[in-house]
Amino acid sequence: MTDRAAIRAEAERLLGLFQEAGAVPVDTRVLQPAEVLLDLYGEDIRARAYITSDALRGEQMLRPDFTVPVVQMHMAHGAEPACYTYAGEVFRRQEDDPDRANEYFQAGFEIFDRAAPEAADARVFSVIYGMLQPCGLHAATGDIGILMAAVEGLRTTERRKRALRRHIWRPKRFHDLLERFSGAKPMPESRAALLTQADPLDGAAPQIGLRSRAEIEARIAALHEDAAAPPISSEEVALLDAVTGVRDSADRALRHLQGIAADMPSIAAAVARLDRRLAALEAAGIATGGLDFEGSYGRTQMEYYDGFVFGFYAEGRADMPPVATGGRYDALTRQLGAGREIPAVGGVIRPGLLVELGGGA
Amino acid sequence: MSVRIGVPSKGRLMEKTFDWFAGRGITLGRAGSDREYAGFVEGIDNVELILLSASEIPREMAAGRIHLGVTGTDLVREKLSGWQSVVETVEVLGFGHADLVLAVPACWVDVNTLDDLDGAAAAFRQAHGFRMRIATKYHRLTRDFLRDNGVADYQLVDSQGATEGTVKNETAEAIADITSTGNTLRANHLKTLDDGLILQSQATLFRAHRAACDAQEAATLEALLARLRTG
Repeated sequence: MTDRAAIRAEAERLLGLFQEAGAVPVDTRVLQPAEVLLDLYGEDIRARAYITSDALRGEQMLRPDFTVPVVQMHMAHGAEPACYTYAGEVFRRQEDDPDRANEYFQAGFEIFDRAAPEAADARVFSVIYGMLQPCGLHAATGDIGILMAAVEGLRTTERRKRALRRHIWRPKRFHDLLERFSGAKPMPESRAALLTQADPLDGAAPQIGLRSRAEIEARIAALHEDAAAPPISSEEVALLDAVTGVRDSADRALRHLQGIAADMPSIAAAVARLDRRLAALEAAGIATGGLDFEGSYGRTQMEYYDGFVFGFYAEGRADMPPVATGGRYDALTRQLGAGREIPAVGGVIRPGLLVELGGGA
Repeated sequence: MSVRIGVPSKGRLMEKTFDWFAGRGITLGRAGSDREYAGFVEGIDNVELILLSASEIPREMAAGRIHLGVTGTDLVREKLSGWQSVVETVEVLGFGHADLVLAVPACWVDVNTLDDLDGAAAAFRQAHGFRMRIATKYHRLTRDFLRDNGVADYQLVDSQGATEGTVKNETAEAIADITSTGNTLRANHLKTLDDGLILQSQATLFRAHRAACDAQEAATLEALLARLRTG
């Protein structure tokens, strides 16, 4: 068991370094209203976070991260631009692996800034990079914004794009949907049968529950519309696969993606952002030839990142969670901002893992 | 000391379990009156019968307070994290069959698969402003199943009984519950999804890894298991 006092001291040290990098220290409550997080993450968060309740405030969650409360705090009364830091414990329920920590420290750094988002990406990354440099970690990066742009640009129905967008963070489901929308996989038999019926609701069972007959009819109409829509072309599927399949050093990945953008103009703007970000990283003294880039990085974590994503890993320690993670979460500020939004990017370091690696202070 | 075996304390599950042991020359029974949850064992020495609610047997095995337990696979998988590291299956007993299934109103003619459920859940959330409610007492099994199958925009609501009635009462839109014949589902105007089978369960004899044994108990346990396995 690593010494908690040592971890707390390490967290304080990181907090100090983030302040030196220009961040204002903030703190949040440990108990967070569960509803906000449940609406954001869905039911899966129940398996990952501790939920408790009282008769007065209802369900409360032991904060599983700082980002959501920090965003809420900024959206409520933050001045722009803003740069925050924090350090404290987060709580993650572990149902399967007894060796994974269920409470641990995080020290984080978040930037809310409308101007030059790529420069902000590079600033977050380079501050954390600099702090972790003594530990010899391996960095992986990605950009979910490029995949989102690729989905947005598909020549297909808005409904299909919405379905794919909704499942970007569930790669298997995304793949299944794409197979069906492209005609590679037939629709389920039950659906094919439904679509041949003139009036499927004729003779149906009694209407029960909150989901109304009108909602059922609306979905049948949507299924008809989808069945009549032409399949997504195999060329577009191949381009999408090419985007998610990129795995290379960041500088070479950029060339690949620029090549794909020649055939898929919808991602050109997102690829240009990657270009500017890499230039900003180089300007900060980081050799982008030494960074990994994966087209699908960040899709399997249950997170809210929708642009730049990154993680730092200890080489040869597959058992260890990433020492640091982060990314851009513009959409989160929109969801929590009640009509307002601001581009935002941030990252966290786990001081406990640094202490374990012996790379701390 | 004796080997402790946990068996459901009432109903058909208890009777069938007693029959199954009797078929292997071991008589289990309830001592005293029907209201008393004390048991006796005949046909083998140094074995103690502990009568418990079927839903408590997984926990008792995990705590190592009983060496063997009879309960449903559904309860073991729902209640024990990493169940294979906690218990091992000795024998499946061939009764107490029940399927944990996802069911929706039969009038949802547009929903027959998990893919449909996911699509309907997305539209439901837009229309009603909250995530589609699925009533169940099997939270973990249901959540893992829906996550593995990429269903989003739902919420689980707890239902410890009369789960089939929750849809009509409008406290849930769908359910995940145990069924053996499907009659109760049909009577409540519900249908199972084509690919909505979460788990097939039956009464099973489990051995608890964490239950400590002294030399005598170990010998008794081996003798008991040898007789049960040759049934």
